[in-house]
Amino acid sequence: MTTTDRGRALPRQEGPALPRYLREPAERRTPLAYPGYRSTALRAPLRTPVDLPHRLTEVTGPLLGEDLVTPADADLTLRMGGEAQGQRIIVFGRVLDSDGRPVPDALVEVWQANAAGRYRHVVDNWPAPLDPHFDGLGRVMTDSLGRYEFTTVKPGAYPWGNHHNAWRPAHIHFSLFGRAFPQRLVTQMYFPGDPLFAQDPIFTSIPAAARDRAIGTFDLDRTQPDWALAFRWDIVLRGAEQTPFETEDDGDVA
Amino acid sequence: MSSDYVSPQVRGAVEGNDRRPGTPRRGSGFLDEPLRLGLTPSATVGPYLAIGLTWPDGPFAVAEGTAGAVWLRGRVTDGNGDLVPDAMIETWQVDPDGHVDHPDAPPGPGPVPGFRGFGRSSTAEPAGEYGILTLKPGRVPDGQGGLQAPHVDVSVFARGLLDRVVTRIYFGDEPEANAEDVVLRSLPEADRQTLIATPTQDGYRLDIVLQGDRETVFFAV
Ligand SMILES: [Fe+2]
Repeated sequence: MTTTDRGRALPRQEGPALPRYLREPAERRTPLAYPGYRSTALRAPLRTPVDLPHRLTEVTGPLLGEDLVTPADADLTLRMGGEAQGQRIIVFGRVLDSDGRPVPDALVEVWQANAAGRYRHVVDNWPAPLDPHFDGLGRVMTDSLGRYEFTTVKPGAYPWGNHHNAWRPAHIHFSLFGRAFPQRLVTQMYFPGDPLFAQDPIFTSIPAAARDRAIGTFDLDRTQPDWALAFRWDIVLRGAEQTPFETEDDGDVA
Repeated sequence: MSSDYVSPQVRGAVEGNDRRPGTPRRGSGFLDEPLRLGLTPSATVGPYLAIGLTWPDGPFAVAEGTAGAVWLRGRVTDGNGDLVPDAMIETWQVDPDGHVDHPDAPPGPGPVPGFRGFGRSSTAEPAGEYGILTLKPGRVPDGQGGLQAPHVDVSVFARGLLDRVVTRIYFGDEPEANAEDVVLRSLPEADRQTLIATPTQDGYRLDIVLQGDRETVFFAV
């Protein structure tokens, strides 16, 4: 792996053990294509993906963060010199891997519509008001225990053109890197009991057994009296097995 | 958060493994064991990704002005051959010496100064086209006693993709390395060509075809 090694065939130079990131069975993963979500028809690849073994490029990943994120990025309700309109909420939880291990010091990027269901984006022009004090962008780092927390307003539902009278349930977009390339996740958090779930193909594209995992839980303990409601959402990224290589030197690392 | 709280993720954990205090589930260590906690399902990045995912230095996997830096560019098209102007490309790679700054990388020197290894580009401007400034990666072991050809791992996100899709960029001016690469070797010639970027004046070009006859090879990672 050093410069001088290049060009020579060197077995197992990746170290004594490489993590191998586990994959959820297909029946519990969101499929790439879903007939009810029309935009998938021309965008989702049709061919079966080729298995890619996890080598150095795959077991590593960008560890972005601290220098990019300020404390103000965790409060979406205070922007451009004033307070956002809407129901103030705290969204918090833990980022874990599937072994229950916390994912510390990890960047969490979020974006959302305002309380009226309008995004501050050139493509979003449905007749709901923009809020001069809401830009819909948040960034936080998980702490040493994988915990994250931000303050925002509850996003509104919004219409879209997928089918007649289609509405997206209220949701917050999340983007996470975890610590390695296979853990990369872009997803959406929903709110409990939303009556719009059944007609939303982006929600129903999630296999039924996994839909609960996309919905935050109201947490009375974490509400702040006279201030904010609270929703908890734990996010689970793919876990890894340390797979020992069969080298004599390093035979005891497993 | 209250200590007795059990989240739906933990409640829904797969039964059958031993339970150790303080952790939801423990596995036996075999790869075919069920996952202990159910994964959070992916969702589309949607049309408004620019709000949350734009960084001023996003396209720069290496600092501007770095000697030897190259632009990786290409178009993203859909099953009709139309440009996809609302996608996002992310790249991840080692540096020219095969180094990367990460706790799971083998011990040794870090990457060259100013090398982040990660790039993120929208396809909004010019419409349908991505651009990442980076250094050409070095070769790293393939786990079978050989070396992989220089490659960049790529994620594509877009409205209409309910999960990211993953591909690789290889380099057209590395014919010998490409011929030895275990991943490329496993593919039919026509498929292999969908992964190999063409040298240009300032770097390399590789178009990404999401769907259709000339569909890019995508990987399950
Ligand atoms: Fe949205």
